[in-house]
Amino acid sequence: MEKVKEILQNYSSEGRENLIPILQDIQDNNGWLSEGSIIEVGNHLNLPVSKIYGVATFYNQFSFQPKGKYHVQVCRGTACHVLGSASVLKELESTLKIKPDQTSKDGLFSLEIVACIGACGLAPVISINGEFHAKITSDSIKQIIDNYKQQQNN
Amino acid sequence: MKISINNIIHEAEKQETILDILNRNGIKVPTLCHIKDMFPSGACRMCLVEDTISGKLITSCSSVATENMKIQTHSPRVTEARKTIVELLLSNHPDDCLYCVRNKNCELQNLSEELCVTERRIRGNKNSLSIDRASSSIVRDQEKCILCGRCVRVCEEVIGVSCIDFINRGSKSIVGTAFNKGLNVSSCVNCGQCIMVCPTGALTEKNHFSEIKIALQDPSKTVVIQYAPSISVSLAEEFNMKPGKDINGNINAALRKLGFDFVFDTTFGADLTIMEESSELIQRITNKETLPMITSCCPGWVKYAEEFYPEMIKHISSCKSPQQMTGAMIKSYFAEKENLKPKDIYSVSIMPCTAKKFEGQREEMTQKGISDVDAILTTREFVKFINMFGIDLEKLQPELTDSPLGTRTSAGKIFGTTGGVAEAALRTAYFKLTGKELMEFKINDVRGLDNRKETKIKIGDLELGVAVVNGLGNAKKLLEEIKAGRKDIHFIEVMACPGGCVGGGGQPINMDTEAIKIRAKSLYNIDDNASIRVSHKNPDVVALYTEFLGEPLSHKSHKLLHTSYNMRKVIL
Ligand code: SF4
Ligand code: SF4
Ligand code: SF4
Ligand code: FES
Repeated sequence: MEKVKEILQNYSSEGRENLIPILQDIQDNNGWLSEGSIIEVGNHLNLPVSKIYGVATFYNQFSFQPKGKYHVQVCRGTACHVLGSASVLKELESTLKIKPDQTSKDGLFSLEIVACIGACGLAPVISINGEFHAKITSDSIKQIIDNYKQQQNN
Repeated sequence: MKISINNIIHEAEKQETILDILNRNGIKVPTLCHIKDMFPSGACRMCLVEDTISGKLITSCSSVATENMKIQTHSPRVTEARKTIVELLLSNHPDDCLYCVRNKNCELQNLSEELCVTERRIRGNKNSLSIDRASSSIVRDQEKCILCGRCVRVCEEVIGVSCIDFINRGSKSIVGTAFNKGLNVSSCVNCGQCIMVCPTGALTEKNHFSEIKIALQDPSKTVVIQYAPSISVSLAEEFNMKPGKDINGNINAALRKLGFDFVFDTTFGADLTIMEESSELIQRITNKETLPMITSCCPGWVKYAEEFYPEMIKHISSCKSPQQMTGAMIKSYFAEKENLKPKDIYSVSIMPCTAKKFEGQREEMTQKGISDVDAILTTREFVKFINMFGIDLEKLQPELTDSPLGTRTSAGKIFGTTGGVAEAALRTAYFKLTGKELMEFKINDVRGLDNRKETKIKIGDLELGVAVVNGLGNAKKLLEEIKAGRKDIHFIEVMACPGGCVGGGGQPINMDTEAIKIRAKSLYNIDDNASIRVSHKNPDVVALYTEFLGEPLSHKSHKLLHTSYNMRKVIL
């Protein structure tokens, strides 16, 4: 269940300065900002929803779709970049048929680009639900994704 | 304080912006994001000038002059910088000028010409953004948007709606609604003030041209047209005549040339509105019903109340607007008189307003599949229509409107400006309550373009408190006072647009408030010189009641001329 009302109780309805902390809080708790939650923030702070949406879309940290069951993070740090993370990302986009910050229709996978995740020795690296997959190639990606899909079917 | 501008010493006042000093001295620098009389945003950098003392390029709209500045407004460095800005704006522009409604009336075109942009040096990725046609009044073509932000500010600061804002960041920035949905599900009230400030063709009205052209060609249809009180004083300058000139006779002649079978005047409907509305006011006072009563002729305001102040709906007069009243009479009274079936009548109106397009298609305005009004043209579209048919408006011999919905009084005429509805209503209410006419018809306290006007009128033993607001942002402040318990106001007139309909969102694009003043003045001149200055003496209105409606607030009046409002769930 979405947690919004409880979060809002912790913030006074006065003043805009609470806006970003509230959005962060909701993002942290729910993993994303739903339309309903943004509207509630608007009601709470007595601000037009267009403004809240405008502020939220300004920052990359907020997502507007729920994360997939398997959240794929692609490292785009320097080491990974040098070793071909751009083509890793491309391959993922075409295998999953989604762009970064999107979630696949079946809700299984979501994709995110992250800055260096500190595993440069493993470059190019991706992380799926926190589990690292090292020295990724176009072929190994397909394999990895297939494994997750099978896990789901079993 | 003195500053040097282009090597000449000029006086500067304290806290004056450089742009204001330049304008005062007849020096032109281009601006884009700046809106006169509003707080500068300094976002577009088009108004750059060079301060040779600090060696900096500064934005003249947002920089206050300081002692001993040496400003160059057109040095090579400045003009080059401005030119680059325009080139950047053009780098991803669709270049659709020939197919664009704003062709030859576009600030981006003007800038590009002024700064001699003759080749494409910067090539950007074209955006492929969809056109939002979901609203019944406003079309948004985001590819033509240059992100000046003027619409966002007007919508927030003048209209108080704030349904659009900047979304995303950097090269993905766009202006859009919450969740980037269609305007139709946002809180947009269709006022069109965003169109009035948009420098390009990114914001336009929903066009009703083709439907009307088809109806005009259809022999089975009787095509009837009405035009709003403000139209006859808003067109002259578009056809090289003196701004503000009342050219209703020429308009009548032009409309017949365009093929309309009957030409009526919405001013008649305004008089009818006054008959109903003043009776409603008196009834509310006598029966101690909900007060203050608030006018209902502005569809921008009505939608705003349905969204933001549903608890105030009971305050709004149940009268339809003059457009809808005239429409309803066309399809009933007139149809009966002419022996026409309502479905064979195609009813068109010309309005200074984009919200009227929305109003026309409200379901409350349709009875058994027959709409009061079928299509609505803005003043701008009407100008195009006239030009398209090769009509030389100035040379036409003035003609009269048709009966039975054509006679106007000057009370109905002043509906076109803020304060006019209140003044006209008071004239008739006074007569109805005392049996006598006001000694002085002019009610100066409610005239003029101030945000809010208030007055007290003595009618017999009754002291009536009247307030008039224009610009919905100003309405909000008044409504909050009423909600907080203010009791001395009995009657409120609200117009969504600054200045009322003379400054409506369907008017010719003109950033100058002077035009609004001239139109308002012209309406009051008409009133000064008119032979009939009160709605209850309009002979056509009197005949309508005798022949058809009975009396104001009769059963028939209620059925045809009154309506109801409902809370509207939108994304606020
Ligand atoms: S907005 Fe202006 S520049 Fe752009 S296509 Fe229309 S007329 Fe041309
Ligand atoms: S039409 Fe009026 S309410 Fe709608 S977006 Fe434009 S300014 Fe805002
Ligand atoms: S839509 Fe028009 S007014 Fe609004 S930001 Fe774009 S160009 Fe400016
Ligand atoms: S007009 Fe001055 S910065 Fe835009």
